[in-house]
Amino acid sequence: MSDTSGEMNRLSPPAVLRVERLAKSFGDLQAVDAISFHVAPGEIVGLVGPNGAGKTTTINMILGVLEPSAGRIEIEGVDLAADRSRALASTNFAAVYAPLPGNLTVEQNLRVFAMLYSVSNISARIERLLGVYDLARYRRTKAGLLSSGEQTRLSLAKAMLNHPRLLLLDEPTASIDPSNAREIRAGIAKFVDSGHCGVLWTSHNMYEVQAVCDRVLFLSHGRIVLEGDPKTLPDEHGAATLDDLFVNVAQEALNGRAVR
Amino acid sequence: MKGSRVGAIVLRILYLYRGSPARVFPIFVFVAVDIILWGFLTRYLNSVARADFNFVPALLGAVLLWDFLTRVMQQITMALFEDVWSRNFLNFFAAPLRTSEYLAGLLIISVITSCLSLVAMLAFARLAFGLSFLTYGVALAPFLMVLFLTGIALGITASALVLRLGPASEWLIWPIPMLISPFAGVFYPIAVLPKWMQAIAMFLPPSYVFEGMRAVVAGNPPPWDRLALGGGLALLYLVAACKFFFLVHRMVIRTGLIARYSAETVT
Repeated sequence: MSDTSGEMNRLSPPAVLRVERLAKSFGDLQAVDAISFHVAPGEIVGLVGPNGAGKTTTINMILGVLEPSAGRIEIEGVDLAADRSRALASTNFAAVYAPLPGNLTVEQNLRVFAMLYSVSNISARIERLLGVYDLARYRRTKAGLLSSGEQTRLSLAKAMLNHPRLLLLDEPTASIDPSNAREIRAGIAKFVDSGHCGVLWTSHNMYEVQAVCDRVLFLSHGRIVLEGDPKTLPDEHGAATLDDLFVNVAQEALNGRAVR
Repeated sequence: MKGSRVGAIVLRILYLYRGSPARVFPIFVFVAVDIILWGFLTRYLNSVARADFNFVPALLGAVLLWDFLTRVMQQITMALFEDVWSRNFLNFFAAPLRTSEYLAGLLIISVITSCLSLVAMLAFARLAFGLSFLTYGVALAPFLMVLFLTGIALGITASALVLRLGPASEWLIWPIPMLISPFAGVFYPIAVLPKWMQAIAMFLPPSYVFEGMRAVVAGNPPPWDRLALGGGLALLYLVAACKFFFLVHRMVIRTGLIARYSAETVT
């Protein structure tokens, strides 16, 4: 098994995240069904699909908070199951359903998480991120008192604390206005352009996916049913927009038909 | 184990204490209320009982030591509840934090806060009722250590139950010391208990502490062999509690409960 995996790594392009035949079942329900994909450095990969498709289950497994039923996750070449702590040291995430503790201030939150991720030169890093995410004036404000948009910016600042090699973003712009969302997308794209980091990005906003993702994975019933460049995929599959393609794919998967 | 990650857990709780008088208040005030209540009761008992028996060390001392054990347990559980209430488990456990580092952080917080409580209790008992544990000197240390280890074991076990059963289980957690106290002989010798209760008391480390303290107050030398037995039991329970916590943590990762912890009761 490990020989095969090692062989695959030698033949495959470099990846910050490599997922092989990942599966998770809850009783009779197959939430994620033997999916394989990778995220390369400098690449933003969109993970899209209808509610209940298995996106968050997949992200939770990559974050090490949910044990897979089968399969393998490698982050920066480190097997998550074998050395969880080392694999997660080069990872970070932001998700709308995981706000930072509301009873700590912005600065306190960043300091605590900087220590958790063993960030060096913590004060300088916090100052830099407070500036980048326009949070400097809220440094002594409790996170729970921030607007949802400001909380999202704080979650993103926390996600950037350790210069992650793998960034997992679960609907990162879901609760912010279009202008802020555009700024945030641009900021992340710029960060990724440096080639240092790969991003796995889930969203229900197909405009956003088309704007930022280099590659998109359509997930339905726990399987990857379609994969490709979000800019060319609609044409290739006879859909007017990515939105239309999303609806078609979801309905075809629901009806049990093969996706073209 | 990485110091910065343990430090992060400690710092998070210290930040909460710094910004919240409501959290600092109970460390000092509730123990003071206990000392006042039991202090006056012992004074009254001294006035109506025979002159050669002093209730102050026997009863007030017992309250003080039992409060110490309860504080140690509660401080560990409270630190965990801070993460429950702020729905922070996903943020913490999706970080490189190890379970042992998280537990170590909770333990350090418990040491800091329960020591502060102890100092407050000792000072208050001395000033208000003339009870000075300092007269027992370093001999008191092993008694406190057994209670401390037991409190940690109880705190870790209670935390594991919360992790497994969900936030609503806090109502099961808080009465744990109260359930143990009748068997531990806090205020009376174990000999007055019926046989079946005495059998249970044999397995409770605090029962050796309170029997020992009564012997010391009566002017006898500390029963070191019995205290060592209590210490051994407390250590055994501590190891078992840590194993239980690791087991539960592994289970909540396997089932995904930890990622769905916003629900009040997780099943």
